[in-house]
Formats: sequence, C-alpha cells, structure tokens
Amino acid sequence: MIDYDLIIIGAGPAGMAAAVEATQRGLSVCILDEQASAGGQIYRNVSKVKQHQADILGPDYIAGKQLVNALQQSTAIHRKAVTVWKVDKDAKVAFSDAGRAEQIQGRHIILANGAMERPVPLPGWTLPGVLTVGAAQILMKSGSVVARDAVIIGSGPLLYLVASQLLAAGAPPRALIETQTRRNVIAALPYFGKALVQWRPLLKGIRMIMNLTFASVPRFIAATDISIEGNDSVEAVCFRAGGKTHRIETSIALLHQGVVPNTQISRSLNLEHRYNVQQHCFHPVTNELGQSSHPLFSIAGDGAGIGGANVAALSGRISALNAAACLKKISISERDRAAFVLQKLKRAELSIRPFLDALYPPPQSVLLPENDTIICRCEEVTAGDIRHYATLGCKGPNQTKSFCRSGMGPCQGRFCGLTVTELLAAEMGETHDVIGSYRIRAPLKSVTLKEFADLGVPTTME
Amino acid sequence: MFESIDKLHTKNSLSFTFDGQSIAAKPDMSVAAALLNAGVFNIRVTPVSQSIRGPFCMMGACYDCLVLVDGITVQACLTQVKDGMVVNRVPLVDMSKDIS
Repeated sequence: MIDYDLIIIGAGPAGMAAAVEATQRGLSVCILDEQASAGGQIYRNVSKVKQHQADILGPDYIAGKQLVNALQQSTAIHRKAVTVWKVDKDAKVAFSDAGRAEQIQGRHIILANGAMERPVPLPGWTLPGVLTVGAAQILMKSGSVVARDAVIIGSGPLLYLVASQLLAAGAPPRALIETQTRRNVIAALPYFGKALVQWRPLLKGIRMIMNLTFASVPRFIAATDISIEGNDSVEAVCFRAGGKTHRIETSIALLHQGVVPNTQISRSLNLEHRYNVQQHCFHPVTNELGQSSHPLFSIAGDGAGIGGANVAALSGRISALNAAACLKKISISERDRAAFVLQKLKRAELSIRPFLDALYPPPQSVLLPENDTIICRCEEVTAGDIRHYATLGCKGPNQTKSFCRSGMGPCQGRFCGLTVTELLAAEMGETHDVIGSYRIRAPLKSVTLKEFADLGVPTTME
Repeated sequence: MFESIDKLHTKNSLSFTFDGQSIAAKPDMSVAAALLNAGVFNIRVTPVSQSIRGPFCMMGACYDCLVLVDGITVQACLTQVKDGMVVNRVPLVDMSKDIS
C-alpha cells in the first residue's frame, strides 16, 4: 500500500525546498527529520531562535526562516524528531518516533540527509573538551551555549564564520590554528577568476577575517604537528607554526576540515558512489536531475556532493521536479523547462567551490595520520593498526573491519570510514574507488528490539 | 568553558540529574548541551580502554555522548532535556567475563 508519492529524508535546505516544490506539483509528501524543528544543521532551530541568537548568528542564517515557513505552509507531512534506520530498495522507510517504530511506503524517495564534518584524527582528538567547530555552532543555535576561550583548529570557511560568531557573542576564540599553506593559495589562484561570480560570499569571508584581525584574535597559518594535550580533558593545544613550537592552554579545542557527504543511507542501498579527488571524499553518483543509480531514489543537497545551503535548496527543487516527472505528475518537457533555470542558478552558485576546495584542502597529516593516532573513535583503532593489517593482506575496509573492529562501533564507521579507505589506498598504491568503503547495513542507527517488533510484519533484511 | 548567552533573557527553568548530580538547564537545550553548559565534560567511559569521552559532533553522528535515560542508551545530543529527567552514565560491561 502506498502511503505517500514522495518520502524525503532530511529537512535541511535541500529537503525543505524539495518538499515545497513537490507539493506544488501535486505530490503527496512526507518529510522525515531527526531534529525537533526544520532547518537541518545549517538552519538548525532557525524558526525558534531568540533575537540575541539572531544577532550573533547573522542574516545568512536567519534567511533560512523563509524555507521553514514555506515548508510549514505546504501540504507536506513533516515528521519531526524521528530517526530513520532502514531504507529499502522498494522505497519503504522504517523510522522511530519517541521509541516507537513505523514503516511507510513511498513511490519515490529523495535522500536529503546532508553532510557531516570531516573526521580530523590527530593526537588527543578523543579527549572531552574536543568538539567539532560545527558542534560549537550548533550549541549557539539551539541551547544558546557559547564556547569561551576556545582554540579553533583546521581550515575552511566555517572556521572564520564560527570564530566571528563567537566574537559577536563576546567570547573571542583564544587562537585560530590554521593548516592551509602558501602552496594551497597558489593552487587556488587559477580558480579565483571563476569564483568572483560569487563575490558576495568572498566579500563576507574577507570581512570576517578582517574583523578577527581587528579584534586581535591570534591566527597561526600553515600550522603542523598539531596535538591536543590533557589527562581527563583538554588542557592545551601544541603545534608548530612560523618555525616555532607553540603551546596554548585551553579547555576547549574545536576541529574542522570542511564537510563531507553523509553516505550511510546511499551506501546501505548499494547506490553507485565515486571518490571526488578535489573534495577528498566519496559521494553518490547522480545526474543533472539528482537521479541516483537506482530509479526510485534521487539525492539532493550536500549528501550528493558539497555545495552549500543555496546549492542544496536548488538541487532539492530539481530533485522534486525529477520525482514529479518519474511519477508522471508533470511531463518531461515541463520538468526540463523548470529544471533548466534552476540548474543555471546552481552552476553559478557552484563556481566558488573549486577555489575553496583548492584553498582549504585537508592536510596530509589529517588524511594519513601518524601510526599512534586513533582513527576509529568507537573501537579505538589506530592508523598504525590499519597499516599493519594492510601488510597482512587486508585489501579493503571490510577486511580490516573483521580484523580490528574499526567501523563496528556505535557510529558505524561514520568517523573512520574515509580515513581507513585513505590509509589503505596509500598503503596499496590503489585509487580510493578500487579500495572502496565499508558495507553499510540496517539498522542505520541504534534501535531497541521493541522497535523492531513494532513493525509487526516480518521484513526482509538484506 | 561553556556558558549560556541568554542569562539575562530567560532563567534556568528546569533541572535534571546526571548520576545523581543536579544539572540546571533551559528548555531549548539537549542533554549534551546542558551537561557542557554545567561544566560536565566527562559523559561516558569507553568499553575498550576505559578512557573518558564527552560530546563531540552534537548532531547525532559520533555516538560519543551516549547516556542512559530511563534505562535506554540514547544520544545525549539528540535528547531534549525534561524537568526531573534521570540521566545516568552507561555502566561498563566487563568484557573479560564470559557470558554464561
């Protein structure tokens, strides 16, 4: 029995825009999301924030309210605070709502589950008090909690955004320890001309960096040998920069090296994936309409490849048009006519990406950590362990998993998958696509036996 | 340290316990945010090496903020605080003993 024409997983910019477009095209839509209110991580809690939070987080964040309002006014059924834990190839989705499981059947599915921050394995990154830069921002968005005297480590635009937001909150970071080098700047230069199409975000970036400089927030560029010290929690960050060794005391260290697509669901469906050399991550293969390698599944937003919030919203609308055409609610020519405009806007928005990708790449020390650095946080497996199993003949991540349990803990490989592939690719001298990644199976998140039983009828588990 | 930025705007309106310790919180906080705000970084102990962990990603991906609420292991960053909630550390299972 069909419950909805379209099921959308994730209510960030891509999912929200897809839901609005699809309902306007006459589809019945159910949108499932893990958060208590729509917005995804980028617009998290945006419909509920108070004025003092809005002042700190800035107008680009508040702009997300428009999409949230449009979703609320649409006929889409928005299931909040639910956790999707199984997606079947026949477009059935199982999820839990406050400890009770349900299963719904769609005719087409749009995966809009977004991105997660790239794992940054470095010595001491498992200590309490180490969080991601995105986590510090989430704390400001929902909960109004601010990190005072934090040391921010890594590279990428989010570093400056969160540092500026902390500054606006009256809690300037103690230092920015940045990994990008002069060589990265030179590598990014050829893409600068094309990036100028997106002069607004470029200008915003320059303004943020200037504000941090005016506020005398120390910035260390081309930092290497970064480690976090502490016994039971963070005490200091040590690194080398400008030919000197530095040690900065702090109780909070925030890490960031860009974001990567969250591929747990697309992997569990065995959709085709490819490694992107510029963005140093896997993404599911999609065509211009967001159609994946399986006819019933489209993918929109950062989950299909990193482009940011505006690209996500546009791709959500494009995927909705694709779904509407697949379900014969609109004709192919209607789809193509409407998609053409959106695709053009999307290409313009994407013109800044090659510049940013070249300017802020994850450093080799993060991609290929030292032997004694933990790379699997759950099972406490080190980079050296993975290299050792490579010498024993493990040819892929699923073999190292059997040998040392990396990827078998509660996070199910979300925080070690890319590193294990990277290490094995380097050890074997093979491409990432040849090495592959973890096989992902349902349940995609931890569920109780009772939740399984809630589904009532036996379900086929692959 | 972590601190609330809306001290002047709304008062702490509820409280819960974490391993018996009373924690003040605001309704819009997750359990993880409330614990960090109260200066509690030590959320759990790993089963592998008994090392201490705290919240890390705050978006439900890393599972480093696992806690017990009503006897069920949940992610503290995805659990909204409720007044009077009883939250505990996840007890360690002794892996050296055979299950019989």
